Amino acid sequence: MTKANRGARADRTGATPYLYLAPAVVLFTLFIAAPIGYTAYLSLRRVQFSGLGLGKKSRTEIFVGLDNYRTAVADGEFWAGWLRVLGYATLVLALMLGLALVFALLLDSARVRLARFSRIAIFLPYAVPGVVATLLWGFLYLPSLSPIHATLRAFGFDDVDLLSPSTVMFSMVNVAIWGGTGFNMLVLYTQLRAIPRDYYEAARIDGAGELAIALRVKVPILAPAIVLTTVFSIIATIQVFTEPMTLRPISNAVSSTWSPLMKVYRDAFVTGDLYSAAATSLVIAAMSVVPSLLFMRLVRRQAFGEER
Amino acid sequence: MTTKGVRRPLGLAPTAVLLLGALYCLLPVCWVLAASTKTRGELFTTNAFAPGTGLFSNIADLSAYRDGIFWQWMANTALYAGVGALLSTAVSVLAGYALAKFRFFGRNMIFNVLIGGILVPAVVLAVPQYLLLAKAGLANTYWAVLLPSILHPYSIYLARIYASAAIPDALLEAGRIDGAGENRLLRVVAVPLMLPGMVTIFLFQFVAIWNNFLLPFIMLADDERFPLTVGLYTLLATGANQPALYNLVITGALLSIIPLIALFLTMQRYWRTDLSGGSVKS
Repeated sequence: MTKANRGARADRTGATPYLYLAPAVVLFTLFIAAPIGYTAYLSLRRVQFSGLGLGKKSRTEIFVGLDNYRTAVADGEFWAGWLRVLGYATLVLALMLGLALVFALLLDSARVRLARFSRIAIFLPYAVPGVVATLLWGFLYLPSLSPIHATLRAFGFDDVDLLSPSTVMFSMVNVAIWGGTGFNMLVLYTQLRAIPRDYYEAARIDGAGELAIALRVKVPILAPAIVLTTVFSIIATIQVFTEPMTLRPISNAVSSTWSPLMKVYRDAFVTGDLYSAAATSLVIAAMSVVPSLLFMRLVRRQAFGEER
Repeated sequence: MTTKGVRRPLGLAPTAVLLLGALYCLLPVCWVLAASTKTRGELFTTNAFAPGTGLFSNIADLSAYRDGIFWQWMANTALYAGVGALLSTAVSVLAGYALAKFRFFGRNMIFNVLIGGILVPAVVLAVPQYLLLAKAGLANTYWAVLLPSILHPYSIYLARIYASAAIPDALLEAGRIDGAGENRLLRVVAVPLMLPGMVTIFLFQFVAIWNNFLLPFIMLADDERFPLTVGLYTLLATGANQPALYNLVITGALLSIIPLIALFLTMQRYWRTDLSGGSVKS
């Protein structure tokens, strides 16, 4: 971003940009900055009971320093949750983004039939809320209802339990892939359509086939978009909450602390320990900082490098 | 087809792969379409994709459930998503336009701070947002879901990309020389040029709020104000041990995705997802 230029002079526009930014800044302060600050404040405190712990006066909030963080980090269930989510996120990212890339490249190749139909069909799950997607698949995982089980039985696989402790994670991965592939595919496809066609002509003259063009020309050009979708997907998968929460009523294999976020919810609203929930949620935030910083750099460098 | 077919090294394989993907994506939707037409008995006995005879009785049962609370959830969701997305688009476009087309002190800092909001995990916000709104006496009201949905950093990011790509500086400069005020320029020049981008932002936000679960789940206690997602979740949680309620849940799931799929199919050509910009035509 270079110095000032035409059409953008601070001296003439004065307070205007600040006025236009005011609603966003006010909302940011109220609904993002203040909650973060409040969480940080809560995370350093705890309620102390005196006497029998009855009545209003017996409850006092005291400063406990990093105690809540120590407890949060020492909690085995928290790390078990991270481990589950790490496995879940790795599978989702690899499969979902892999499929999205393959579908986008196929859609972009001129020789495919029924491309419009496929594109719309694959994007369609984006319109289905996570709760409803999980609910639909949840029913499809139930042996008494499911065509999946009927098919498996026909091939001689009886007694497959898609909601058992060893399989429920894969069942959840499937829901995430179903819901997320189309959106990522569309992002990559939109980028592909923006590549000038003569790039491919040049490659064809050099004797490259469709596959070589896809791998050597299209994928490298797509790289920034792939990185961006990956970062967005990391942020989303780390925060998984809706899907395991919705599967809980129909599967005993999903505990109330299946994902780190579910543990925060339980601590805050079921057990009522806001202070440790605050500390845990800040630990989660800190652990998302790496993809975040990566993202910030990307945004600054590539999206606004060309802005005059 | 024959001449082209000779040149096609992979034959119909690419088409087949895409159709498999399409089939996978349509399968659960087809299933719910069939399942919602089945009576309680048919649900467990007939072929999964065969239509049944109970669609209207299912809808009637669902409408009768708790005095038609399902339709209340539907109306609530439309309110949250419609009003929320409108306000969100307005706030984002104002901010994005200011960031793209003005040079002013603190511009980069404000942008970085706002955009940093994308990276804050929802739960870090939702719990204290609830506590703060509760202190303001707004928890368990429509405001509790509406207000936190308005600011959407990603939309500001998109709006900035759209503004810088779609609005030529020369046009603004010409307007200023002709003596137009900033607000007039915004109304007459910027907004019309950004309109396609605004539609995209509105659609994204509409779907995001429609699909949101965590925020209303935390904010609301009273099921009169639930959106569909939280309503269906509670219905499922109640019905998990009572197969008698399966029909309600399935029919509710179908009815809840029809409006979004309709919106989605009609607005399909407006989805522009260029994340890193550059391909937005001015």
